[in-house]
Amino acid sequence: MNELISIIMSKLNYWVYIVLMMIGLYAMIAKKNLVKKIIGMNILQTAVILFFISLGAKTKATIPIIMHGHAAESHAIRATDFINPLPHVLMLTAIVVAVATLGVALALVIKVFQKYHTLEEDEILAQLKDE
Amino acid sequence: MKTLAIVIVLLFGGLLIYCTLDFPIWGDPLAPASMHVSPRYIERTMEETSVPNIVTAVLADYRGYDTMFETIVIFSAGVACLFLLRIFKRIEPERQLYRHIPTGITLRIAKGAEPPRESREFERIDLMWVPYDLIVKTSARLIVPFSQIFALYVIAHGHHSPGGGFQGGVILGASIILFAISHNLRSSFARISEKLAVLLCGLGVFIYAGTGALSIFLGSNYLDYGALSQIFGVDPITARSHGILIVEIGVGICVMAVMVHLYYNLASAGRHDEGL
Amino acid sequence: MIWQIELVVLLMVIICGIGAITVKDLLGAAILFGAYSFMMCLLWAIMGAVDVAFTEASVGAGVSTVLFVAAVFRTSRRTKD
Repeated sequence: MNELISIIMSKLNYWVYIVLMMIGLYAMIAKKNLVKKIIGMNILQTAVILFFISLGAKTKATIPIIMHGHAAESHAIRATDFINPLPHVLMLTAIVVAVATLGVALALVIKVFQKYHTLEEDEILAQLKDE
Repeated sequence: MKTLAIVIVLLFGGLLIYCTLDFPIWGDPLAPASMHVSPRYIERTMEETSVPNIVTAVLADYRGYDTMFETIVIFSAGVACLFLLRIFKRIEPERQLYRHIPTGITLRIAKGAEPPRESREFERIDLMWVPYDLIVKTSARLIVPFSQIFALYVIAHGHHSPGGGFQGGVILGASIILFAISHNLRSSFARISEKLAVLLCGLGVFIYAGTGALSIFLGSNYLDYGALSQIFGVDPITARSHGILIVEIGVGICVMAVMVHLYYNLASAGRHDEGL
Repeated sequence: MIWQIELVVLLMVIICGIGAITVKDLLGAAILFGAYSFMMCLLWAIMGAVDVAFTEASVGAGVSTVLFVAAVFRTSRRTKD
């Protein structure tokens, strides 16, 4: 029983990130409005980025900017003093791609509305079937 | 559909939770993610590039290819939005609204009639218009120049503090969007026209890819900034620091132009006529 | 960091996320999405990822919300679902 509680407490933050991803995935599948689907896509993207950033954390380490870099060149830099910068770099690219995808998705939504005058998925499918 | 969605979500969630049982403890310095190439980046950044911000150095120098293709992705998103939404044919709107400023009377001009010339007494207002407030206009006019200076500061100090090209470019674009929201979309068009925005998109990508091509012309590999030391006349380590600054400026220009272009097309649905 | 603050911010993130997909008004959903973005930025600042938090604050809580509001302005605002 104690071992079960210790397993749960050590992995609890990963489970919370997975719950957030599943909220986004549910919104993409089950909601009928197109803008709600796009919001769900963005929630999924930011939850994945949160999960990656949590992989780079280290206890008792500071942010990856070297203080007094140009002044004290002599003291050695230990890798365990700084948190891992590599997930940060990859996630910067991921945020950029997320905002680019959001812009194109919203342009598509405006075009769909101009043709069908509605944003609900079932009404659009009914109009498609009538054509 | 909702039951199918709940079943899929529970299945995926359960599978992912089962996978987390093998993960390392949160914050472990000996986790596999922090072991192989990341200690080398942390320890050797100062002596190889003399840039204290490790994230900027890895983003623009060690992983410069990824950042170049990210800039190209943003540029292609702007181009895709242009192709999707833009309507070039000038269609006569059915109604136009003009306001006589000294008396505050609103004129409605029907289709086909001649609108009054834009002068000091008449201004054109949008169909779905909100009253242009003096307080909103004045406070936006105060905020916009200071936020632009802050954006240029963020781009230039990407070496020493959190920031860099991308963040500064987004803040620059946001300042222009603030101007377009508080004043008129048409007055924003008069200052940053569509042609200028699209040209700046391409210029940003050109600066980034051009720096890489310049390195080839000087005899070294693509995107190797150490070869730029022949132009600047400094040692290769400082030349790498300058090369990082140049590509950050390129990324910032491209991102600003794409944000402004996206807003122009989304707010006016492609017609560039009226907007938010 | 102080784990109580991190727990409260995580709870706020989940509440904003569930709220953004549940409200029936699309403008309210866009604003709640902006609040969700800002809470995410706080989480990353707590974990020490300052560059990523800066980017998310300017992109998510800034430009992304404005693009959503512009798109809702050009389409309809009410939704049945």
